[in-house]
Amino acid sequence: MGPVSFRTYFEVEGEDRSRLAAQVGEQRRRVEARLVEVGRVVAVMSGKGGVGKSYVTAALARGLAPRMSRGVGVVDADLKSPTVARMLNATGPLAITPDGVRPAVGEEGVRVISTEFLLDDGRPLAWREPAHERFVWRGVLEAGVLREFLADVAWGPLDLLLIDLPPGADGVADVAELAPSLAGAVAVTLPTDESYQSVRRAMTSAREGGIRMLGVIENMKGYHCPSCGGVKPLFPGSAGERLAEDFRVPLLGQVPFSAHGVGVSAALLDRFQGTLA
Amino acid sequence: MKFLCVNCDEQMTFQERREPGDGTFAAAFTCARCGHTVAMLANPMESQLVRSLGVEIGGRTLDPEPMELVRENVAGRRDAFGSDTPARQTSSRRLQSPPTWSPEAIDRLARVPSFVRGMVRKIYAEYAAERAIPEITPEVMDRARADLGLEGM
Repeated sequence: MGPVSFRTYFEVEGEDRSRLAAQVGEQRRRVEARLVEVGRVVAVMSGKGGVGKSYVTAALARGLAPRMSRGVGVVDADLKSPTVARMLNATGPLAITPDGVRPAVGEEGVRVISTEFLLDDGRPLAWREPAHERFVWRGVLEAGVLREFLADVAWGPLDLLLIDLPPGADGVADVAELAPSLAGAVAVTLPTDESYQSVRRAMTSAREGGIRMLGVIENMKGYHCPSCGGVKPLFPGSAGERLAEDFRVPLLGQVPFSAHGVGVSAALLDRFQGTLA
Repeated sequence: MKFLCVNCDEQMTFQERREPGDGTFAAAFTCARCGHTVAMLANPMESQLVRSLGVEIGGRTLDPEPMELVRENVAGRRDAFGSDTPARQTSSRRLQSPPTWSPEAIDRLARVPSFVRGMVRKIYAEYAAERAIPEITPEVMDRARADLGLEGM
């Protein structure tokens, strides 16, 4: 048998009935259409886990919501370790309306979507499909879930949509591809040198991806001493100041550890709002 | 993705899609010139990769529903989307078993000319699936023809 002669994809001029690329394009347009009513989309990122991104996201949302007439929304993009909904006291179940999935509503009317509402208590994020060769498609599926969190939630008009990213350097690039209207990202760090190294990589990656860095927030900068009432150091280092200097962005604030409630200072909120102007 | 009948040098047309419920996926394409039909058979991993993209081989026949990817793929709370959700929306279309055909319906389908049989079968199957009808009978076919304005098929 000799070689078979046949035409290839672009040589066959008929329509591609599956139109897979067009279907993906349509998904992107749905995200864009949904975010038309959102004033600003801002990612909260860090290269390192455990720095308090979700705490900062919840605190920003709670603090800014009363200042914004159309409201604030939060997308919990940390699909495997969702915590921000709990910090905002937002609970499910979700409801499906003709316009999309209605978000849960937390403190100060903050609208929230999270895998927290989808998972049984104590159960990890799991997929219905068999686990074999899961590594091949898991990343694609996670990006699809994030896309639906943006496109299929009936957010309504919002002044600000915060996206609480998982730890790592590439999450913000995924969001930027899904939501080209992303205004920028805020980086959260601990004061330590380890955190500085990790967050610096993530900020470099974001900047190389063309994402605007709005500023740095240094979390757990000391703790409130119950005896003297002052703020005492908790970790050594000044990662927030160093990162702000390295990237020539504002240090938006230094947040002391708090065992009571979720919140940041009015000055930090003022500076954050200033970056959106 | 295109399928070419090499003998005829003709692009084949999409006929039907099957998801038998075992994680696999199949799609049939037919050459309009010679009638030759081929089936693309994907294993569970390949099928899931396509599903993860939220796209459908052969093109979409139904508009996407809110968070259909999440609802079809995340194994979590049964009540995540509440109890006030309309039945059609809470059900996972892909996870539903495809409707079965009664012997009488199969006999009737066999009388449809072969060159359009695949398309007709698909129309009835989608009609039943969308309405959660578990079995396609001649009565269901009559109802579909009336509802869809397909008298004569």
